[in-house]
Amino acid sequence: MSAAVPMIRLRGLTKAFGDKQVLAGIDLDIAAGTSLVVIGGSGSGKSVLIKCILGLITPDAGTIEIGGVALGGLSGKALAAVRARVGMLFQNAALFDSLPVWENVAFGLLARHQITRRAARETAIEILAQVGLGADVAPLFPAELSGGMQKRVGLARAIAARPEILFFDEPTTGLDPIMGAVIDGLIVDCVKRLGSTAIAITHDMASARRIGDRAAMLHGGRIVWQGRAADLMASGNPLVDQFTHGRREGPIQMEVRR
Amino acid sequence: MPLTVLAALGRFVLDASGFAGRLALFTLNGISHLVRPPYYGRMFGRALIEIGYFSLPVVALTAVFTGMVLALQSYTGFARFSAEGAIANLVVLSVTRELGPVLAGLMVAGRVGAAMAAEIGTMRVTDQIDALATLSTNPMKYLVTPRLLAAAIALPLLVAIADIIGVLGGFIIATAKLGFNPNTYLANTLAFLQTMDVVSGLVKAAVFGFLIALMGCFFGYNSRGGAEGVGTATTAAVVSASVLILAFDYVLTEMFFAR
Repeated sequence: MSAAVPMIRLRGLTKAFGDKQVLAGIDLDIAAGTSLVVIGGSGSGKSVLIKCILGLITPDAGTIEIGGVALGGLSGKALAAVRARVGMLFQNAALFDSLPVWENVAFGLLARHQITRRAARETAIEILAQVGLGADVAPLFPAELSGGMQKRVGLARAIAARPEILFFDEPTTGLDPIMGAVIDGLIVDCVKRLGSTAIAITHDMASARRIGDRAAMLHGGRIVWQGRAADLMASGNPLVDQFTHGRREGPIQMEVRR
Repeated sequence: MPLTVLAALGRFVLDASGFAGRLALFTLNGISHLVRPPYYGRMFGRALIEIGYFSLPVVALTAVFTGMVLALQSYTGFARFSAEGAIANLVVLSVTRELGPVLAGLMVAGRVGAAMAAEIGTMRVTDQIDALATLSTNPMKYLVTPRLLAAAIALPLLVAIADIIGVLGGFIIATAKLGFNPNTYLANTLAFLQTMDVVSGLVKAAVFGFLIALMGCFFGYNSRGGAEGVGTATTAAVVSASVLILAFDYVLTEMFFAR
C-alpha cells in the first residue's frame, strides 16, 4: 500500500433518513496504521458513518474507498472480499446467541472455509487467550457471559481473521470504568499487534484518549474538527470543548422534546 | 372530506404496493440462493429438526383429535339417512385433502412461524444480522434460504404422519365407540382413497411450509425498534401465515379438483 493512498477515504458522503439529514458531506482520510476516534453526540450519525463504510447502509451520495478500492457498486464476492479485510466490534457485541463462544470467534474463518471445525476450535481458544479469556469459556453460550466478557469475545471475533481494518462501535458502553479500561487496553494491544487501521466511535472521553492516535468530531452531519486525540480536551474548538467537557451551555443545542 | 378519503386511499395503495414489492424481492432473493453456493447444511439440518421433529407432538395431537371428531360428527349426521358406511371414506378424504395440511399448517405457523420471526427479529435489533454481513456471510443465504427449504420439506413429512394418525383417530372412534368392524372400516378407508387425494395434500403442505417460513423470515428480517418491534413482527408473521394458508388452500383446491 502506497503511503500516499489512505486506507480509508471518504468524499462527500451524505445520508438522510426521511427528512433527517444524518450525514451531510463527510470528507475524511484515514492513513494506514492510524487509530481514529470519532466522537459526537447521540444521534449525530457516528454509527451510520461506520455502517456506510462497512457497506451495511448505502449512502445517498459520495464515495468510499478502502485501500484504494471504491465500494460504490460492489456486491457479492467483490464486496465480501473487501469485508474480509475488516473486523468489527459492535456496541453490544452482537454475539450469535445460538452458537457457543468458540464458534462465534471462529465464525468468519469457518464462513470463508479457511479452516476445519476442529482447527477452528483450537484457533478460537488461542484468540480467546489474547483477550484474556480461558479455554473454559469456549463451550459457553453468550447468554452465560457477563457484559465485559461478551465484549472480549466480540473483540476476539473481530480480530480472528487478522483484519487490516478494525471498527469499534462504543466499545466501553455499559461497562464499569475498570472494565472499560481493560477493554481499551485490549483494543490497543490488538491493533498494535495486527498493525491494523482502527476507527472507534465513542462518547467516552477517557476511552477516546486511550484508544486513538487521532480524533474527529461529527456534528450536524459534518466533521467539524480533526486533530490529535491527545488534544481532545484542549482543542480550542468550541463545539469540541463543550462536548468533551460535558457543558450544558454552548453552541451545541440538544434536542429536547417536552 | 372526499380529498381526505382519497389521500388515505392513495397512501394505503402506495403502502400496499411497496409491501408487495418488498415481499416479492425478498422471496426471489431467498429462492435464488438455493442455486447459488455456498450452502449451509448445518443450518438446514437444524431448521429441519426444529420444524419437523419438534412439531410432531402438536401436529400428531391435532390430527388424532380431528380424526376422532370427524368420525363422531359424521356418524351422528349420516345416521339420519342410513349412510354410516361412508364414514370411513369421509374421514380419510377430509384428513388427507384438507384437514391434515391445513390444521398442521396452522399449528406449525403458530409454533415455528412465531419462533422464526422472534429469533431473526431479535438478531436484527441486536445487530447480529449486520455482524453476519461483516463476517463474509450473506444473511439471506445463512438465515432465510435454509429455513424456506427446510419448511417446504418438513411440512409434507409432518402431514404424511398426520394423515395416518388422523385416520387412526377415526378408526379408534369408529371401532371402539360406534361398533364398526375394524376390517370393514379399513377396507372402506382404502377402497375410495386415490393417489391424488394424498398427493394434493402433500403439495399443499409443501406450499404452506414455504409460506410459514417466508412470513416468519420476512417479518423477522424487517423488524425494527427493539422488543416491541420483535413482538409486532411475531404477531404479523403468525397472522399473515395463517391467512395465506387458508387463501392458498382454496387456490390449490381449485387447481387440483375444480372441474
